[in-house]
Amino acid sequence: MEGPSVEELLAKAEQDEAEKLQRITVSKELELEFDLGNLLASDRNPPTALRQAGPVPEAELRALARDNTQLLINQLWQLPTERVEEALVARLPEPTTRLPREKPVPKPRPLTRWQQFARLKGIHPKKKTNLVWDEVSGQWRRRWGYKRARDDTTEWLIEVPDGADPLEDQFAKRIQAKKERVAKNELNRLRNLARAHKTQLPSTAGMHPTGHQSKEELGRAMQVAKVSTASVGRFQERLPKEKAPRGSGKKRKFQPLFGDFAAEKKNQLELLRIMNSKKSKLDVTRATNKQMREEDQEEAAKKRKMSQKGKRRGGWQGTGGKRKGGPPSQGGKRKGGLGGKKQSRPPGLGSKRKAGQHQGGKRRK
Amino acid sequence: MLIKGENANATVMQVLKDVYALRKPYGVLYKKKNITRPFEDQTSLEFFSKKSDCSLFMFGSHNKKRPSNLVIGLMYDYHVLHVIELGIEKFVSLKDTKNSKCPEGTKPILIFAGDDFDTTGDYRRLKSLPIDLFRGPTVANICLAGLEYVLHFTALKGKVYFRSYKLLLKKSGCRTPWIELEEMGPSVDLVLRRTQLASDDLYKLSMKMPKALKPKKKKNRSHDTFGTTYGKIHMWKQDLSNLQTRKMKGLKKRPVEKITEDQEKK
Repeated sequence: MEGPSVEELLAKAEQDEAEKLQRITVSKELELEFDLGNLLASDRNPPTALRQAGPVPEAELRALARDNTQLLINQLWQLPTERVEEALVARLPEPTTRLPREKPVPKPRPLTRWQQFARLKGIHPKKKTNLVWDEVSGQWRRRWGYKRARDDTTEWLIEVPDGADPLEDQFAKRIQAKKERVAKNELNRLRNLARAHKTQLPSTAGMHPTGHQSKEELGRAMQVAKVSTASVGRFQERLPKEKAPRGSGKKRKFQPLFGDFAAEKKNQLELLRIMNSKKSKLDVTRATNKQMREEDQEEAAKKRKMSQKGKRRGGWQGTGGKRKGGPPSQGGKRKGGLGGKKQSRPPGLGSKRKAGQHQGGKRRK
Repeated sequence: MLIKGENANATVMQVLKDVYALRKPYGVLYKKKNITRPFEDQTSLEFFSKKSDCSLFMFGSHNKKRPSNLVIGLMYDYHVLHVIELGIEKFVSLKDTKNSKCPEGTKPILIFAGDDFDTTGDYRRLKSLPIDLFRGPTVANICLAGLEYVLHFTALKGKVYFRSYKLLLKKSGCRTPWIELEEMGPSVDLVLRRTQLASDDLYKLSMKMPKALKPKKKKNRSHDTFGTTYGKIHMWKQDLSNLQTRKMKGLKKRPVEKITEDQEKK
């Protein structure tokens, strides 16, 4: 007797496949809308089963979620896949839901000088090959970069050209020429950037050393050089008898004597309003905090000095910093100093301060 | 950006913490309580977004009139676009569900169910906000085994049910796996309260796409309202004299003998 015939086997295989497919297929009235780029699915079917269920339809929600997820997963598994380091990776399409942007569209940059020129003349960039034939080594080498085709720097022999000085260093000349080219390129790049951002490069007028520069020009160049360090000139030492530079702060700008009448009127009315209002212009809390901070700093500086002096002389002389029960004149002096502020601190405190006795605002750190 | 309002009760704070946990690397949870009203005064929110460079925010508060309130908002260029106020009715947090959790930073699957999401205008905006909030960075490839969790939003009887499930891929007979879901993570029942949508021109500005991203228009194709695609074919000039038309047998020219025969018969 023959075993099951070929047709029967085929029929059985088909039946098995149909059963398997049934397990993962879900039937819905309306097809879901998929946005696979965002891993999103929208089900538009009215949720009738849920409506019929009671107040908290947890199980029905879960069933609905399961069905929808199954449909989405079916879609995802149909995407083209590739194997990356033993994991199966699907390539997602672009997201189709249009969502508002977070930041505005970037503005197009202005053309550089070369781009403007090329556009004017109608010059298009020529397509260049990546590799160039190098005669010397007899192989294809890249056009620029590591192990390039025509490398000047590795030459061990340079012939002195006809008209040149025989004692000149040709190698140094080559290196110098390269540096100049790089510097010129960098300058042009910075100029293009400045034009794009509509700012100006800091002017270098008078900074290049010619033989004939006046004393003032040299002085200015020296000052600029001093400030051009990484710490903006903070740790540059001065010569023994050199004086500190005058007038290197910001220039004050004044309004013209008569010009904008509307602005002047506005300012004066504002001033009158402030003077009339009951609210005080002086923020007492901030003022007292500032004062307290300054005093703290003074004391800390004094303490440091005393400790340094004490260490140098090899021993403590007296208590140094804080003294208990300072003389009452200290408090008096303090009061005089605080006369300008509205509220004064209680007298006779001396250098020791107790937390609860502040009359000013709370101490803010 | 997750901000706590003046009287945020425990539920609201827990919701904010859970959302922060879901969006771990990209969220900013502010610890202090802020006394602001998102619907009236939006300057402080804009200031916060400038400082933290976030364009989505969630603000939780609680008062007698609006208990357990959650305000979700979207910004464009640090100006508020949409704000939607939701009330939290029932909330089960991440801690309370005792199942295993998935690693943070995974891209979730988002599913919206219920026809309300497309019919009502408010609900449509409500749909775009969670998409923005929960979708991760846009990636070109995704590891199929790494699809871990599902966020499911259902709109039913005026409420929105938000559930999150962990995805279990089981073997089915064929290549595509059989899905089983396990409840994990926060589940919230939300009620839509107030909405404030963007002014039209700001919305238009925000939807502007740069030229590079615009889909390229294909020439000679047009679409019908029913979805049929029509194509236009341009033909070269045809010589109409050599055209092949239908054969009219009756008009065929008969041979001369047959005519004379007929005449003879007559």
